[in-house]
Amino acid sequence: MDTPAILVTVGGLALAGFVLWYFFFSARQTASAVSSSGGVQEVAITVKGGYSPDVIEVERGKPVQLSFYRDEENSCSEELLMPDFSIRRDLPAFKTTLVELLPQQAGKFEFTCGMGMLRGSLVVK
Amino acid sequence: MEPATKTETLDIEGMTCASCASFVEKSLSRTPGVQRAMVNFATEKATVDYVPTQASPATLKEAVINAGYGVVERAPDTSAAERSAEIDRQKALAYQKLKRRFWVAVGLALIIMPLSMLMLWPAMMARVNMQWLNYALLLLTLPVLLYSGREFYVSAWNGFKHRAANMDTLIAVGTGAAFLYSLAATVVPGFFTSRGLMPEVYYDTTATIIALILLGKVLELRAKTQTSAAMRSLIGLQAKTARVVRPDGAEVDVPIEQVQLGDLVVVRPGEKVATDGLITEGSSALDEAMLTGESLPVQKQVGDPVFGATLNKTGSFRFRVTKVGSDTMLSQIVKLVEDAQGSRAPIQRLADKVSAIFVPTVVVIAILTFVIWFDLAPAGTRLPLALVNFVAVLIIACPCALGLATPTAIMVSTGKGAEHGVLVRNAEALEKAYQVNTVLLDKTGTITKGEPAVTDFWTLPGQEAAQLLPVVAAVERQSEHPLAEAVVRHADAQGAASLTATGFRAVEGKGAAATVNGQAVLIGNRRLLADESVSLAPSLITQAEQLLSQAKTVLYIAVAGQAVGLVGVADTVRDTSAAAIKKLQALGIEVVMMTGDNTETAAQVAGQVGITRFFAEVLPQDKAGKVKELQGEGRTVAMVGDGINDAPALAQADIGLAIGSGTDVAMEAAGITLMRSDLNGVVTAIELSRQTIRTIKQNLFFAFIYNTLGIPVAAGLLYPFFGILLSPMLAAGAMALSSVSVLTNSLRLRSFDNH
Repeated sequence: MDTPAILVTVGGLALAGFVLWYFFFSARQTASAVSSSGGVQEVAITVKGGYSPDVIEVERGKPVQLSFYRDEENSCSEELLMPDFSIRRDLPAFKTTLVELLPQQAGKFEFTCGMGMLRGSLVVK
Repeated sequence: MEPATKTETLDIEGMTCASCASFVEKSLSRTPGVQRAMVNFATEKATVDYVPTQASPATLKEAVINAGYGVVERAPDTSAAERSAEIDRQKALAYQKLKRRFWVAVGLALIIMPLSMLMLWPAMMARVNMQWLNYALLLLTLPVLLYSGREFYVSAWNGFKHRAANMDTLIAVGTGAAFLYSLAATVVPGFFTSRGLMPEVYYDTTATIIALILLGKVLELRAKTQTSAAMRSLIGLQAKTARVVRPDGAEVDVPIEQVQLGDLVVVRPGEKVATDGLITEGSSALDEAMLTGESLPVQKQVGDPVFGATLNKTGSFRFRVTKVGSDTMLSQIVKLVEDAQGSRAPIQRLADKVSAIFVPTVVVIAILTFVIWFDLAPAGTRLPLALVNFVAVLIIACPCALGLATPTAIMVSTGKGAEHGVLVRNAEALEKAYQVNTVLLDKTGTITKGEPAVTDFWTLPGQEAAQLLPVVAAVERQSEHPLAEAVVRHADAQGAASLTATGFRAVEGKGAAATVNGQAVLIGNRRLLADESVSLAPSLITQAEQLLSQAKTVLYIAVAGQAVGLVGVADTVRDTSAAAIKKLQALGIEVVMMTGDNTETAAQVAGQVGITRFFAEVLPQDKAGKVKELQGEGRTVAMVGDGINDAPALAQADIGLAIGSGTDVAMEAAGITLMRSDLNGVVTAIELSRQTIRTIKQNLFFAFIYNTLGIPVAAGLLYPFFGILLSPMLAAGAMALSSVSVLTNSLRLRSFDNH
């Protein structure tokens, strides 16, 4: 094995390690819901190549209003799925789409794009 | 004259108890110009009728704020139709854009490809300056990259910032690597030649991949719009206007949004019914196929319910509005289908788990491919070989096929189901229906019509049935008893003449009496005749006993103190039941019947429709137990029922099917609701579920096999054995076709037809 091969091997393995860490193990952006005076927990989410914030904490038993603003035209994010709440919505580009739900059970509920590539989760406490 | 009032709905914020609601209500009622204010604590809404000249939405809001509460300003509540129109418009625009990007990529790729091939032609290569050719190719590739492929890079970058990777990540990294390598070979060829490498360029690869992926996207988008076609046509059924009768008798066309509860609406032949209501005047045949899947028009008269979006065929009628907006049958169907399309099938779980880790995993495999090729290939060709295989792995991997496999099939089939009057609650219900091997039918209302009908009209010798029937009908027409209604329906169906009865009197629990054509007529049970001291001829008694043995209810007729005939009434089997049960049995499903009737009657009905196993004398509270009993035999049970007392049984079953104009309670407990009130709906539901799950399984199988075979081949696994390498361009072609094949397979469900 010559020097370039060693460099490529070491570099490649390091890069692979980075990819795994970055996508699977690094810390995520978390947001807690803000309760309005009406008792509705409101969270604003921007959709652009992903959901930010992508971990949303809400309280159980209180209505939740998620407003998804889709800040791109990329077709990947055009659909929003929250299977645990039987919600499937088309998110129009550069528009805010309101999603209302009432979390009855504590737990972690995923929401994804139409193909399950973009992911976020609703943590009900 | 009273000034015209307007109605405003306010969303009230901050109410914590019912007394707050009455406080807001008082405050609103005291506002000048307000005629009526109603605050609903549960929905947090206030409905206010006010005189526009004296009050306005602003003064109403002020009144609420003065009371210490808030008014929530909401985005104007757009209807489902408007929302879907806006989304459709955007999608059409995106499609146009995508097509433009695709054609630019194709056009340029068609020039780049032959130019790149010049290099394979030695005679030509000698005459052309390589350096210049590379720069020319670079210039041609740039627009493909920056215009046609721009979205891939932007999306990949946006995703990367969110620690998310999607299909675009793979394409961006793959084409980006090929392009950057080519760029370096073009700009600093000396770097390559000094290390004994040919400064090869991969502009053709870059451009072709982008063109092919875009082709896949164009096809995919076109197919995807078709998956929701049924849903769109459902929403499109909604009438736009209604012809409302004003208190002064004037008929005015008003937009559907302004129609209110209690309004009187006119419907003429050929018109669409605007919303749900009860007929107050006139009669007609209505085509309800769009809601129930029932192809025959339904006859409706005064007092019958009509539903928005159905089509009035023959007569004119007026109806009183009982439901508007999201409460209508159509809206509820749309909502149910929408919910079902948002649900996730358990079968999809594995695919979900895989797609969550798919892209980063593929990137890691691609990096390892690069490293291994670089380490093992001969020094002179190791870099290009490592690069080509790296790109091929990234490009061939297709998470889309996995992601599309289940949801597209669910979308097509739930929409298709609604078209046939089969409303599926969620994807899980569809999956359960697929596994069913036993169908348990509650006799009344499913196999039978659930309402009495005249089965026999028997007269003593010497009496003319055709003359007796109008006489009996004249009496029964004045009665409200269900049995009397059955006799009247029978008489109408026979076209019996209409006579007048006078002195009508109902005898509680026994029957009725009246005078027709000057003769006293009695119709009722045996006790009625006994009370009136009417004697029965022996032949009449024999006939009555025979009818009773067939589990029929017998009505005795006496005219002028003489018993002259009998009417046999029974809950009749639907015309469609026997055929539907046969179809279910042909599908390999055992059909079991359950009824509260005695064993004899149960056996008779079962025999009539071809059922061999049945439970008789089942009390309502024991129905769920019977479901359990069947489940205990290791069966997957579908329970079909219609009434409130079926709800526990529907819930206990693996899958509950609520039949026909089912009550809300039954619909809640049921996984599938059948709008058409016959057993054919059960056949449709089971056939649909079987086809859908079969399609999903095919899709998932294909998506898994495609990726698990494609990725190793692209990585060059076959090279050591067969010398086969996969060109990245072929990989792009395969990838474009894979997601389209999955979609096309799902769209095959659109041709589902159970007839």
